[in-house]
Amino acid sequence: MVEAFFEWFPTTWLGMFFGVEQTALFYFIAIVAMILVIVLPLLIAVAFTVYFDRKIWAAVQMRRGPNVVGPFGLLQSFADGIKLFLKETIIPSGANKVIFLLAPMITFTLALIAWAVIPFGEGMAVANLNVGVLYILAISSLGVYGIIMSGWASNSRYAFLGSLRSAAQMVSYEVSIGFVLVCVLMAVGSLNLSDIVVAQQGSILNWYIWPFLPIYVIFFISTLAETNRPPFDLPEAEAELVAGYQVEYSSMAFALFFLGEYANILLMSAVMAILFLGGWYAPLEALDFIPGWIWLLAKTAFGFWMISMVKAFVPRYRYDQLMRLGWKVFLPISLFLVIFYAGVMMYAGWLPK
Amino acid sequence: MISLPVLAFYLFAAATIGAAVMVISAKNPVHSVLWLILAFFSAAGLFVLLGAEFLAMLLVIVYVGAVAVLFLFVVMMLNINYEELREGAQSYLPIGGLVGVILLIELIMMGISWQFGADVTVNAAQPTPMLTEVQNTEALGRVLYTDYIFIFQSAGLILLVAMIGAIVLTHRTRSGVKRQSIARQNARRPEDAYGLVDAEVGAGATIPTKKGQGERP
Repeated sequence: MVEAFFEWFPTTWLGMFFGVEQTALFYFIAIVAMILVIVLPLLIAVAFTVYFDRKIWAAVQMRRGPNVVGPFGLLQSFADGIKLFLKETIIPSGANKVIFLLAPMITFTLALIAWAVIPFGEGMAVANLNVGVLYILAISSLGVYGIIMSGWASNSRYAFLGSLRSAAQMVSYEVSIGFVLVCVLMAVGSLNLSDIVVAQQGSILNWYIWPFLPIYVIFFISTLAETNRPPFDLPEAEAELVAGYQVEYSSMAFALFFLGEYANILLMSAVMAILFLGGWYAPLEALDFIPGWIWLLAKTAFGFWMISMVKAFVPRYRYDQLMRLGWKVFLPISLFLVIFYAGVMMYAGWLPK
Repeated sequence: MISLPVLAFYLFAAATIGAAVMVISAKNPVHSVLWLILAFFSAAGLFVLLGAEFLAMLLVIVYVGAVAVLFLFVVMMLNINYEELREGAQSYLPIGGLVGVILLIELIMMGISWQFGADVTVNAAQPTPMLTEVQNTEALGRVLYTDYIFIFQSAGLILLVAMIGAIVLTHRTRSGVKRQSIARQNARRPEDAYGLVDAEVGAGATIPTKKGQGERP
C-alpha cells in the first residue's frame, strides 16, 4: 500500500502541484493522507459501533433500542455527538485545568495511533513495524494515563477511586495479555503483525484459534478487563462510583473519552482477529476473491459482537474478585500455557526457523 | 534544508532534556511524574531513531506502562504539603550535586572510551550479527540467551529476590482479620444458607436452631 501510494501520489493534481517527488514535504503529506484514510472511516465506524452495541444490548433484553433518529435509528450516534458538541464544557473549580483537559485528549489520541500498525491486507498498514505486537502492547499500556490523569485532575473522590481501580486493573491484566502474546509469537517467530497473519495462511483450519483455544479465551476475557468493558467496568461502576473517572466531564471532553473507549474496543477486536482468526484471509480459499480488508472488518465485527453480548448477559464483578481472577487464575494458567506450548512445539519440532 | 531524521532527533532530544528539567523543577510532584513520563517517551523516540525499536518499545512498556503508573499511583495518593517539602531542599543540595557530578564524570568517561577505546571502532562498525541481516529483537535475543545467559539469568534472580524481600518486609500477619475463602464460597449452596418454613396462620413459625436445617415445625 505504501509503495503503491508513493507511486500513485505524484500523478495526482496535488502531487503535480508540489512538483518534485520524494521531498520531505511530499512524504509528510503522503503520510498525513494515509493517516486520514485510516482515521476518518474509523471514527465513522466507532459511531456505528456505539449504535450496534446499543441495538445488541436492547435485543438481548427484548427492547427496541435506538429507533427514532434516521432509518432504524442509524443516525442516533451522530445526534448524540451533535448534542455533546453543543453542550458547555464544564471545568470544576477545584480541578487542575491543564491535566483535566489533557486527559481526554490523551485517551482519544492513544486509541487512534494504535491503528497505525494494523494490517488491513497484504502490506496495507500505515507502519509495518518489526515490533508491531510490542507497539500495540505499549500503546494499550499507555491508555491508563488518560484515565488516571482524569481521575486525579477532577479533584473528586468518585473520579479518583475510579481511576485507581482502572490503573490497578489494566496493569494486572496486561500481564496475562503479555503471556498470551508470547504463546502466539513463539509459533510465528516474528513480532510483525503481518507475519502473524501470513503464518495463518490457508483455510479456517489454519487459524490460530484452534491450537490456541485456551489462550484465545484468556485473551478475550483480558481484553474485556483491559478496555473497561462489562463485566469488568468497575472504573465507571455507576452503582458505586456514579460514573467513575468520567463523573466531572461534560460535552466534548466526555465525547473524547467515549469515542476513545470504543476505538480501543474495536482495536482489541482487530488484534484478536489478527492473532487468532487469520487476519485478512478468507475462511475458505475459494472466497479469496473478496478483498482482505473486508474479511478483517468482518472478523473485527465478530469480535465486537462477542464483547457486546458479554455486556448484555453478564453481571458486574466485584473488585476483589476481579483482582483474584487476574493474578491468581489467569497469571498461573497463562504462565503454564507458555511453558506447555513451548514444550510441545520444542518436542514436535514446530518451532519456526 | 535540514533532513527529517535530524529534525526528529533534535525534537526528541529537546523534549527529553526539557522534560527532565521540568521533573526536578516542577512544584507539584504529580506534575513531576508526568514530565518524567514525557522524558521516558521522548527517550523511546530517540531509541527508534537509533534503529533500536525493540528497546524503545520495551522502555515504553516497562517504564511508562508499569513503573511510572505505580509512581503516579503513590504520588497521587500521598497528601503532600509542597511548601514543607520545599523547605529542606537546600540542605540536600551538596549530596545531590555530588551524585550529579559523579554521574556526569561517568558519562564523560563512557564517551571518551567510546571515541578512543581499542576495540570500539571495530565493534561499532561490525555489530554481531549484522543489523541488516536479522531483526533487532532477534539480534538481542541471540546475544542475551547465548553469551550472556548467566548474567541475564542472575539479573532476573536478583529482581526476584528483591521482590520477595519487599513482600517479606512489608507483610504482616494480623490477628482477628476476617478473610474470605474462595473455595468455601464456591462450595456454598443455597440450602446451607437458608431454609423455607411453612408458617400456619396465627401460629407463627419455629425458627430452626441450626443453620441450614430448616425443618418443618
